[in-house]
Amino acid sequence: MAWDRNQMAARAADELEDGMYVNLGIGIPTLVANYVGDKDITLQSENGMLGMGPFPFEGEEDPDLINAGKQTITELRRTSYFDSATSFGMIRGGKIAAAILGAMEVDEKGDLANWMIPGKLVKGMGGAMDLVAGVGRVIVVMDHTNKHGDSKVLHECTLPLTGKGVVDRIITNLGVLDVVEGGLKLVELADGVIEEELRAATEAMIVN
Amino acid sequence: MQKVYGSAAEALDGLLSDGMFIAAGGFGLCGIPELLIDAIVDSGVRDLTIASNNCGVDGFGLGKLLDTKQIKKMMSSYVGENAEFMRQYLSGELELEFNPQGTLAERMRAGGCGIPGFYTKTGVGTVVAEGKEHKDFNGETFVLEEGIFADLAIVKAWKADTTGNCIFRKTARNFNPPAAMCGKVCVMEVEEIVEPGELDPDHIHLPGIYVHRLIQGDHEKRIEQRTTRSK
Repeated sequence: MAWDRNQMAARAADELEDGMYVNLGIGIPTLVANYVGDKDITLQSENGMLGMGPFPFEGEEDPDLINAGKQTITELRRTSYFDSATSFGMIRGGKIAAAILGAMEVDEKGDLANWMIPGKLVKGMGGAMDLVAGVGRVIVVMDHTNKHGDSKVLHECTLPLTGKGVVDRIITNLGVLDVVEGGLKLVELADGVIEEELRAATEAMIVN
Repeated sequence: MQKVYGSAAEALDGLLSDGMFIAAGGFGLCGIPELLIDAIVDSGVRDLTIASNNCGVDGFGLGKLLDTKQIKKMMSSYVGENAEFMRQYLSGELELEFNPQGTLAERMRAGGCGIPGFYTKTGVGTVVAEGKEHKDFNGETFVLEEGIFADLAIVKAWKADTTGNCIFRKTARNFNPPAAMCGKVCVMEVEEIVEPGELDPDHIHLPGIYVHRLIQGDHEKRIEQRTTRSK
């Protein structure tokens, strides 16, 4: 037993507090929006929008209204639009309370790799480097291991970094870990997961 | 002060030369200067360096300039939607300088504001900071990034008056204002040109001082990822 994608997203949504401005990455982080409940959360889309709404109804798509994943979306009553320099000004300037992002690798020092695998197709970092450098809190949501069963929670990232010492909290299918002095601290185990199981799947140093 | 031209080709007349540096607005296919890109394809100008967040898709947007091999170098943050881009890049025909998205936007804005360089914490400790000057401020390390000063900016807005004061629409604004600002000359295409006084001066997103030449035309506005929900 462990958390599935939706349970991970629901757990990540628990990190968000009323009144926060938040940026959600693509993949599992996008699902977090489904679990914020009654909390008053404003979603930022880094291509230039605060107050991102749900996907449009069929036939109501607007080519001038997309999110950072280039998907058609809608606006809300609170929505504002701005240019890319202003958008990343608020990201770099620490105005965005939190970013919830996917990852390829995270390590015990809070280093994050999520944009490039050398020798494979290189797509680019987009806004990920700016987000991890600038927002108040960086929460990573990902599977604990890759499809070969190897740990993605490492002593040291092997892939090119997105940011150094930037991750605050890691939410995986097995549980929740915080980046603290000297390593990672176990915060919570996923439903039905025992500590030995999480430790066996973790290469990083876990401290008490 | 005559800024309005009859066509994209006329608006670009005398501005294009081989090896030049162009800044382009747009994010994905949203808010891209479709008409000006087509005219640059038709001009046959070559060895272009283009600063643009993306490089279109195969056969549309800046992707058209890849098909004709008119681009020598791209400065972008994300190029994942384009197979021809990957082919040219991996075969060494095309140079690529990755910029974090916010760094690219700020480099354009800075260039347009006469700022040759600025320090940012984005990218510190990663490959994008390698070889660049670092400096500590208040105990934190920042990296020096340079302003972009382009020979030409090509951008797209929604409406402009004949003096170039313009308004963008929704997320089609994106890189267009900073790209417009960093060009020695800026050519803008819009969906509608109106007379001065028709746009509320308090609602202008980019003042006409940044816009040198202006055209109006029909836009395809292709959607890259059509996502919907059911009623």
